[in-house]
Amino acid sequence: MAQKPPGTDVVTGANQEERDPGTAVMVADSPVNPGLPPEHLRITDLDPKEEKKAERRIAMFFALSIFGSLFAATSYIIFPIIPGDMQSVRLNNMFVGLGASVGLLGVGIGAVHWAKSLMHGHELVEERHPTSGTEEERATAVEMFSQANRESGFTRRSLVRNTLIGALIATPIPAVVLFRDLAPAEDPTVVIKKTMWAAGTRLAQDPSGIPIKASQVTIGSAFQVIPEGLAELEYHRLEEKAKAAVILMRLPINELNESPERESWSYQGIVAYSKICTHVGCPVALYEQQTHHLLCPCHQSQFDVANQCEVIFGPAARALPQLPITIDAEGYLIAQSDFTEPVGPSFWERER
Amino acid sequence: MTNTLDNTKSDVGRGMRFTGWAANYVDERTSASTAVKALGRKIFPDHWSFMLGEIALYSFIVLLISGTFLTFFYDPSMTEIEYEGSYLPLKGIEMSVAYATSLDISFDIRGGLLMRQVHHWSALLFVAAIGLHMLRVFFTGAFRKPRELNWIVGFLLFILAMALGFTGYSLPDDLLSGNGLRIIDGMIKSFPVVGVWFSYLFFGGEFPGTEVIPRLYVLHIMLLPAILIATLAIHMVLLVVNKHTQFAGPGRTNDNVVGSPVLPVFAAKAGGFFFLVFGVIMLIASLFTINPIWNYGPYDPSPVSAGTQPDWYIGFADGALRLIPPGLEFVAFGFTWPINILLPTVILGVFIVLVALYPFFEAWVTGDKREHHIADRPRNAPTRTAIGAAGVTFYAVLWAAASSDLLATHFALSIEGVIGTLQALFFLAPVAAYIITKRTCLALQRKDREIVLHGYESGRIVRLPGGEYIEVHEQLSDYERWKLLDYTEYQPLTVRPNDKGRITVGTRVRAGLSRWFFEDRVLPIDTKELEDASKH
Repeated sequence: MAQKPPGTDVVTGANQEERDPGTAVMVADSPVNPGLPPEHLRITDLDPKEEKKAERRIAMFFALSIFGSLFAATSYIIFPIIPGDMQSVRLNNMFVGLGASVGLLGVGIGAVHWAKSLMHGHELVEERHPTSGTEEERATAVEMFSQANRESGFTRRSLVRNTLIGALIATPIPAVVLFRDLAPAEDPTVVIKKTMWAAGTRLAQDPSGIPIKASQVTIGSAFQVIPEGLAELEYHRLEEKAKAAVILMRLPINELNESPERESWSYQGIVAYSKICTHVGCPVALYEQQTHHLLCPCHQSQFDVANQCEVIFGPAARALPQLPITIDAEGYLIAQSDFTEPVGPSFWERER
Repeated sequence: MTNTLDNTKSDVGRGMRFTGWAANYVDERTSASTAVKALGRKIFPDHWSFMLGEIALYSFIVLLISGTFLTFFYDPSMTEIEYEGSYLPLKGIEMSVAYATSLDISFDIRGGLLMRQVHHWSALLFVAAIGLHMLRVFFTGAFRKPRELNWIVGFLLFILAMALGFTGYSLPDDLLSGNGLRIIDGMIKSFPVVGVWFSYLFFGGEFPGTEVIPRLYVLHIMLLPAILIATLAIHMVLLVVNKHTQFAGPGRTNDNVVGSPVLPVFAAKAGGFFFLVFGVIMLIASLFTINPIWNYGPYDPSPVSAGTQPDWYIGFADGALRLIPPGLEFVAFGFTWPINILLPTVILGVFIVLVALYPFFEAWVTGDKREHHIADRPRNAPTRTAIGAAGVTFYAVLWAAASSDLLATHFALSIEGVIGTLQALFFLAPVAAYIITKRTCLALQRKDREIVLHGYESGRIVRLPGGEYIEVHEQLSDYERWKLLDYTEYQPLTVRPNDKGRITVGTRVRAGLSRWFFEDRVLPIDTKELEDASKH
């Protein structure tokens, strides 16, 4: 290609029919286009009275628009917002909005009506040309590039060119590094596995932070639980809550199927499970007391509390992690330890 | 130009003289007359479906206007404060500054709620209009040469619109949007190797952190709109360069455009249409509440309300997450593979890429290198239309799945039944849609052929002298008939050896696809057939 004079390998775009039609059926004696139909005259073209009428109608829409815009501005003042009064917010919203709507729609309807009924209505024809440039234009473009190539030696001086390409590829490297400090220095795969729960942490009500006594938890009840002290955190309260939120339920002991190693994790039928769905992390907030099912309202994963919160339906893959609990000397429910596995959605390093 | 203006000075009014002077002043400094000459009488064809793209463009302008207003009052900080605004139920509650200022816009700034609702409604309309516009382009084959690249540009606009929608949705920092972010966090964390790190960097620490809203804000009001505007400019320039497609009709050929000139008719219609779109959005915003963030409360990782729904255009992704059967997760090489989250992501990614690449696929199958400026009627490309219908159905199933819980509660069904049905439909419905659409298209083509050759039934029954009854068929006018005649038909590719006498795998695949596309087809009509038909 380099030996050929520039421009010779350029395909002309001048004649459409020369282009390969592929598998299109070329009908030899296809019917002929009858050409543009005779012009269709509108009533406003024929009747000067109608024309005058249309003119007045259009002006009326524009006048209505002016009225609407002024009405909106007036409503802004005569329908003020009274603090605490929802009705005043609604009225302000509605009247300012309706006024502005009339202002906008008036212009729109008027302009379109003008175009359709009064402006010159004939269809005009414009020729298309092939999208590619003419042969000369393309030859000139090719020649410009070849000239630039000759003058710079871009292809001849391959050492210079290749090092330039290498240098350009390397320039964004600092930018990649710069983004590391978008987040703090800790290793997220470590912090993500820990929550605020520790041996002896009292279970407290969400959001008040009041510790819960085992005697308060009647059979069939459910509590939204946070670790004691979370509500008073000054920093990272939501981050801790996003991992440590727990749902506490009490089932009749005979309905609770616990594996032998977890028998000591509950207290008289009171069980505590992570509230963070193992699917993508929504709070598993809906507890169906009769069936002992927990339902995630985001993607409808269902967990069976009676069977260690195994998944019984939906996209979640794993059971909700259980928080081992017991009571302290004063009868308050406390955690025996942190969760024994990471809470929330699955991630790559989960088993590490 | 100066001369002409001077010469006409005597017979024009003062207003015209000023306009002339101003035009001259500008032109001598900018050469604006060249642009006016090139574009002023450019022809735009008319069809209602061509306005879908316009709606998208105009709702974007409305988004810019209303969004700018909102930035004057909104503060993206995630610092916790006590709410002191005038919405009583939330008074004294701890919340982020972002949520508090969003409430202030709604309850303490006159017209603020209106602008918030205008912004949200127009965002919904923006994505909807883009989607419908893409369907119009797809079903009329307007993506064919020379417009394949503009299809890609438009596709990028669709992705950007969804990204803008999502970043904006999160900004009020209410319970609903916070749960949306949490789902995104869960999805990011599922990515192999980089997931946790990516989430950590994105949120500036652990979820939710105090960084994500300001970061989304920068993306939402600067980076993404800037990219979108640049992409939109390319979209428009290519539209002007390629000129608009038109439907077949008398006098319309592949080498011309028939329609109204920009000045004055198209400008008046399009300009007026902008005000109509804006006006309708304003009307909806003044009468219908959207996203009542005050009902949800501030974001808190523990509570959530039942029946949560994302904005409509994210629904298909949410639906895909819901349809995955349980248990799809395993541990291999000591690492966790959450297939239940990765698979929907991959399926959606593949679906979207297929949409983007379809024009190139069809061009390869037909081998057609000509330019196409006549828009197809969907029936005249039965396989493409059927593929499109299958795609729409696939999307619709995922979309319905995003409301599986509401379907269950509203129609008193079990959630298990709804999900099971949708899982079956996920596989069956696109196939059914494909078959039904293809057969319908072919039937319609045959009907067109019948009408062209034998006219349409007039409903007039005549008794012939012999006692025989016939229904009189009326013939179409030449102009009407042409609309049904002007289309391209393809035949299946026959496998032939190439120059070296070999049949390559590529040729075989192409021939197979070509057979799939064009084996069932209705032959185009030639003049002889038309003349024969008109004889009796």
